[in-house]
Amino acid sequence: MADSLGGNAVASPRELAHIYRKLAGARIRADWQYRGPFIGYTLTQGLITFLDFVQIAVIFNQVDQLAGWSVAEVAFLYGASSIAFHVGDAFISQCERAPQRVKSGEFDLLLIRPVPTLFHLCADDFAFRRFGKLIQSVVVFATALVVLDIDWSVAKVGMLVVMLISGTAIFAAVWVTTSAVAMWMIDATEIMNSFTYGSSFAAQYPLPVMAKWLRHFLTFVVPAAFVSYFPALFILDKPDPFGTPAWIRFAGPAVAVVLMLVARTTWSAAIRHYRSTGS
Amino acid sequence: MRLWWEVARRSFHRHSTYRAATFAGVFTNTVFGFILASIMLAVFEERRDIGGFDAVDAVTFTWVAQGFLAAVGAFGGHLPLADRIKTGEVVVDLYRPADLMLFELAGDIGRAAFQVLIRATVPLAVGGLFFHLRLPSSASTWLLFIASLTIGLVVSFAIRFLVTLTTFWFLDYRAPSQMSTVVTMFLSGFLMPVVFFPDWLETTARALPFVTFVQLPIEVLMGKHTGADLVAVFAAQGAWAVVLLAVSRWALSLATRRVVIQGG
Repeated sequence: MADSLGGNAVASPRELAHIYRKLAGARIRADWQYRGPFIGYTLTQGLITFLDFVQIAVIFNQVDQLAGWSVAEVAFLYGASSIAFHVGDAFISQCERAPQRVKSGEFDLLLIRPVPTLFHLCADDFAFRRFGKLIQSVVVFATALVVLDIDWSVAKVGMLVVMLISGTAIFAAVWVTTSAVAMWMIDATEIMNSFTYGSSFAAQYPLPVMAKWLRHFLTFVVPAAFVSYFPALFILDKPDPFGTPAWIRFAGPAVAVVLMLVARTTWSAAIRHYRSTGS
Repeated sequence: MRLWWEVARRSFHRHSTYRAATFAGVFTNTVFGFILASIMLAVFEERRDIGGFDAVDAVTFTWVAQGFLAAVGAFGGHLPLADRIKTGEVVVDLYRPADLMLFELAGDIGRAAFQVLIRATVPLAVGGLFFHLRLPSSASTWLLFIASLTIGLVVSFAIRFLVTLTTFWFLDYRAPSQMSTVVTMFLSGFLMPVVFFPDWLETTARALPFVTFVQLPIEVLMGKHTGADLVAVFAAQGAWAVVLLAVSRWALSLATRRVVIQGG
């Protein structure tokens, strides 16, 4: 630890970017050694994810609308939730493996490195194949934007950008928080998955579709409704059957900031309380 | 016969020790049950009947499916054997004086039996508590359901076994395994009852083996088939089981000729 970066000194952003490129690049090169299976795997991952949209398409083959939302409007929700979730999946979801590393004893290794632990974890397990899932989200979202006759204004374009950024931040924060909790309760890792995957799946549908307690859960506990539904009310000029105050539609960034603070606190608490399993 | 019973029993026991995984599975199925049942109710706000299903049918289907998906292997994919083929440990399995395919089948039945007992009961109970379900009261319908589910499991096993065998050729089983997951989830009724499909797609799905382990057993449970129709369902399931096991046996004999034992 005697080098210039030693101890707990944190590398500068430029150095971090350099390290990230090196670590992620190594992963991509490793994957590319077996390019046949790698490409196949990337494509099939995209296909599995796309099934969620196929489900929506099949439903709308039978009905014209769902809780007052057309297929294009639901595709908009799907795209927003799916893009936010899969950008988070590509860059942050690697923290899911923290509990596994605690179990195997490898976690110590991350702690003695002169870069932030979360950063290291995410760079180290970078997997390019996850972009296979993102591609289909972008295609569905772009199609929805073209098909929908949106009455564009500066505010709406701004909202669209803000929605995707804060949505990604929300899911990323949920990922980090649930992974931190799972570091305490190693056995709960898979349960935590149903919070991340479950909430992003539910956010693909209009909120009024859900049972009452699910609506509350998606608004107040894992606030995935702020990723897609509330911003969509504004962009698509839709009324909210529950008569929520108008500012809720714009609350996404605030929710994201709060969740990121929660994630930060839980993650550092998890690291502070971590006890090595090593001998 | 004794051997297969013991293999199944031990597999049952092994799976019963994965408590955290079992609990997580039950939890996930219940969460998705709520979300999917909510969606179903919203769909039936728009229509009274889809392909002979009403709202209660669809919600019942959803919860029963969540309860039994894991047991019948409706996620498709590969068997744990795939890893042993990849590492070469499969040679140990091959020189056992027991048939590899039946050995794996017995193990899979043991696993399924455990998952039916634990993973099915909780989602069904929770679903029944919060939603109106239409489950049969007669024991004979439940027995028919279990029989149909068991034949379906054999079909599902054969498909997963075939996917697993591709490892002998490709060594990396991930792409074939995921491809089978896509097809299985879509065509079995896992995502939604196939009666929701457009007619041509429903006809296609019903002509393929995937419906035998989700759609057909649940339809049997919901009393959608009676008399000659019910016999036809069991005949179709039985035929798929026999055909796919025969194909599996043939593929296994091809595959084992490819095994190269390294080391010395």
